[in-house]
Amino acid sequence: MLIRSRRAHDIATAEITPESTYLRRREILATALTGVATLAFGGARDARGATTPKPPELGPIIESPYSASEEPTSYDSVTQYNNFYEFGTAKEDPAVQAASFQPKPWSVLLKGRLKKPGSVPLETFLEGHALEERIYRFRCVETWSMVVPWVGIPLGDILKRFEPDEDAKFVEFRTLYDPERMPGQKRQTLEWPYREGLRMDEAMHPLTILAVGLYGRELPNQNGAPLRLIVPWKYGFKSIKSITEIRLRTRAPQTTWSEMAPNEYGFFANVNPEVDHPRWSQKRERRLGDFLRRPTSKFNGYADEVASLYAGMDLSKDY
Amino acid sequence: MSRTRWIGLGAWSLGLAPGLLLLIRLLGDQLGANPVEELTHESGRWALRLLLASLAVTPLRQQLGLAWLAPLRRTLGLLGFGYAALHLAVYAVLDQGLAWEFVLEDLSERPYIAAGFMSFVLLLPLAITSTRGWIRRLGRRWTRLHQLVYAAATAAVVHFVWLVKADLREPLAYASVLTALLAFRVLRAARKKLSVGTASA
Ligand code: HEM
Repeated sequence: MLIRSRRAHDIATAEITPESTYLRRREILATALTGVATLAFGGARDARGATTPKPPELGPIIESPYSASEEPTSYDSVTQYNNFYEFGTAKEDPAVQAASFQPKPWSVLLKGRLKKPGSVPLETFLEGHALEERIYRFRCVETWSMVVPWVGIPLGDILKRFEPDEDAKFVEFRTLYDPERMPGQKRQTLEWPYREGLRMDEAMHPLTILAVGLYGRELPNQNGAPLRLIVPWKYGFKSIKSITEIRLRTRAPQTTWSEMAPNEYGFFANVNPEVDHPRWSQKRERRLGDFLRRPTSKFNGYADEVASLYAGMDLSKDY
Repeated sequence: MSRTRWIGLGAWSLGLAPGLLLLIRLLGDQLGANPVEELTHESGRWALRLLLASLAVTPLRQQLGLAWLAPLRRTLGLLGFGYAALHLAVYAVLDQGLAWEFVLEDLSERPYIAAGFMSFVLLLPLAITSTRGWIRRLGRRWTRLHQLVYAAATAAVVHFVWLVKADLREPLAYASVLTALLAFRVLRAARKKLSVGTASA
């Protein structure tokens, strides 16, 4: 497979390189060649299916009434088609670039408006909670979707242990910032570290979980090991990966994508076929594994559970 | 077989190879988790690459004095158009499932789709008039008409820049190639004018 994905670029360079020595004198053409070389090498897509061994299985997992009854997307698609810019911007990059990432040991820093702040080792952070399987629809803002059997714990249950105070109105999350371990952070594609946030009622909602696994196993690195957020009624970019910091705040935090393009990505980012992305339609989506698109449901099909959180709000303004 | 014939054959084979590879990958279910997206992206990129390659033929020919390069311009241009047509077909049939209300909405409301469409519409008459007969019939107007290829390439690059979410490296690489090719033409035209001016003085 490695060989296959290099093919095209080889042809392009082979045609051009022999002339390069002569052309160096011609400044304009030299610039063109630099561009061609960037296309050939810089734009090269990494090999798909660099199959890393599956992570270890997780201990006892209980089923949940919140699980969807839909057929989960294949393990391969879930783990080889990822948006995780910390490990490259092409969909197949994270599976390759995160292969050697070491998520352990890991700790989570809790701070802000809570009575028990501090840095907590991951094991302690999760201690005493039962692991639940949550089969959720997952809808990306780019109009693809999947169904993932996550394994996790309701975020609200965990937060309560650390005793948020009355002024805690929002939760801010941050991804690890470590360019040596997350090579994508060496370039300023986004403002690192990745930051996301929820309103307190969204964070405490029983559908919102912190996931530590999928398909009964620990989270693969490319899916946000060892700890990520899952908010199934929001576009995928809200579900921040590899969380190292959780901060309770009185005011809404800045979030990475809404900071980068405020007219395209809002704080709420609820899945909504009635509000298009400025550059593309959100009315339909392609479920990975399907050929044709299907209609997108408001709140990703979780309207019964969550629509009341947004009663009275104009979702075309608070997108 | 003459050298020109060999070069033509080589160009056609090389140009068709990416399409053949796509077909093989499609049949072998090797296009990844989102095959329609992969087909769209690969066809779009090859359309743009071949278009730019076609535009590079004349500067290379002039600078290197390699007259035999000339026929490649048409071959590469037609190949580029072929991938653009495939790209459009993949979009309309596989991506949109021929749901015209969505296609029309895309065309009217999404600037990046409109730019891609514009590029295709500009390429269409060029592909049609690429035959010897048309070249003869149109005479000097043919050259004028075929300068539209720069507009088509520009629209395609704009299309690419507009559809990217955050990582602009790739579309900007294509943009810099196009800029260099355009600059070459402009400078050459300017120099010509200048030398004509001095000669008559
Ligand atoms: C009616 C005409 C066209 C339509 C409807 C169209 C549509 C599209 C769509 C839907 C995408 C994918 C966007 C995404 O993934 O977010 C795309 C990508 C692209 N298109 Fe087009 N396109 C058209 C014409 C063209 C033409 C004429 C060219 C080149 C000459 C072109 C070059 C590209 C390139 C380079 C990409 C990006 C591929 C990548 O991301 O790897 N398109 N186009």
